[in-house]
Amino acid sequence: MFRAEYGRAVSVLVRVCGDIDLAEEAVQDAFTAAVERWPSIGVPPSPAGWIITTARNRAIDRFRREASREDRYAEAALLRGGSEPTEEGPLRDDQLRLIFTCCHPALAPTAQVALTLRFVGGLTTAQIARAFLVPEATMAQRLVRAKGKIRDAGIPYRVPDEGDIPARLRSALAVVYLVFNEGYAASSGDQLVREDLCREAIRLGRNLAELLPDVPEIMGLLALMLLVESRRATRTTADGALVLLAEQDHRLWDHRLIAEGQAIVRQCLRRDQPGPYQIQAAINAVHSAAPTAAETDWRQILQLYDLHLSIAPSPVVALNRAVVVGEIDGPDAALALVDALDLGGYHLFHAIRADLLRRLGRSAEAALAYDEAIARSENVPEREFLRVRRRALAES
Amino acid sequence: MKQYLLSIYQPDGPPPPPKVLAKVMRDIDAMNQELKASDSWVFAAGLHAPDTATVVRVKDGDVLMTDGPFVEGKEHIGGFTIIKARDLDVALEWGRRLAQATGLPIEVRPFQGEVED
Repeated sequence: MFRAEYGRAVSVLVRVCGDIDLAEEAVQDAFTAAVERWPSIGVPPSPAGWIITTARNRAIDRFRREASREDRYAEAALLRGGSEPTEEGPLRDDQLRLIFTCCHPALAPTAQVALTLRFVGGLTTAQIARAFLVPEATMAQRLVRAKGKIRDAGIPYRVPDEGDIPARLRSALAVVYLVFNEGYAASSGDQLVREDLCREAIRLGRNLAELLPDVPEIMGLLALMLLVESRRATRTTADGALVLLAEQDHRLWDHRLIAEGQAIVRQCLRRDQPGPYQIQAAINAVHSAAPTAAETDWRQILQLYDLHLSIAPSPVVALNRAVVVGEIDGPDAALALVDALDLGGYHLFHAIRADLLRRLGRSAEAALAYDEAIARSENVPEREFLRVRRRALAES
Repeated sequence: MKQYLLSIYQPDGPPPPPKVLAKVMRDIDAMNQELKASDSWVFAAGLHAPDTATVVRVKDGDVLMTDGPFVEGKEHIGGFTIIKARDLDVALEWGRRLAQATGLPIEVRPFQGEVED
């Protein structure tokens, strides 16, 4: 209960205080008061409303104690900011305001992620630091600098103008996707999956979908995350070793998540306003629909990649499409496509090349490619998987 | 009301051909007119080339003068515009206009303090 209410309360207080630090202090005071008083007065009928009202009163008291010219204007804003905080419309606007502010493109992506997880997600600084494998002091500094930039550069607390919303939404979705990706294939460290981050990203995605209903790319991202998450149980062995998609036991996938993801994909298809997240979700939906890996409908996936390339081309998309071509037309055709790409810095480029070369019996070249992939991977289970493959080459 | 510095970062070397330069100046002028009309304009001007600069330093009570810009680099500040704006979004929009007009990167940086509206 607390984390959801925390995010909502902070968003209202940010509107009335115009400052994240003050908002955060006021809300934390209110939570402390709740913990102290609810055991004796009982849980109020509207816990969220109690928190918000208490936080606002604390903020007003604080302004009155520190009476200076600027503060008196702020106090007036506090007193004016009087719409009932748990009404759907204004609360929704406050939450959107907070999300868009945390995801402002003038902030570095790492700062956007930290702010969103802290103030929208309600995670503690320590939790976020652990999730991103940095010292707590580093994460705390990151947050301080980001809040400092919001204050000093004048990043406004408002929902963007309608014309700007698509671009700003891209920023917000990128933050959510970054969190999910960090959780799903941790870019460094010992574990392949960090469940807490994936869950948090899905929560943020659902939150956005609730606040901005019927935006196809938001739905697409949510479906994508649900479908990828549905495979978590089969992505690693009990020892944490990596298992490829082709070798996963489909029966162990979470079919509830698959059903939800596929339903969303169907809705998106009906809308016919394709976008990258929706297409990636659809691709995953096709994978999830196959009873066994051998029955995967590769041709349908190829069509989806073609659509992706036509609306949002990128070398990584072309790389993933080449893998699909490999499944349909064989490794030779795929290798020709892969070699034409300029992705030398990307570990998966080398891993995919290595696999294709291996299938073509070109072992010496495959070994070199595995070495390149291993050198660039920062993930222990992935590196181990690649090493096993490389060793198998030497033995054949 | 906040103020922001929009600095134009220009690569070293000869200026663009006259026809290109003329269009840039027209676009900058148009932008300055709009800035003035919206009461956002504080100051705007182009700078002479960096080799016209002089650096003045005080050390142990002596004044030292050096010919040339403070920072030697491949780019220099070619000019700047100071605007008043309610928030960063407004300032960034003017920054975008200036970037489009000049074809150059623009640094948008807030001044400390506030001024009257």
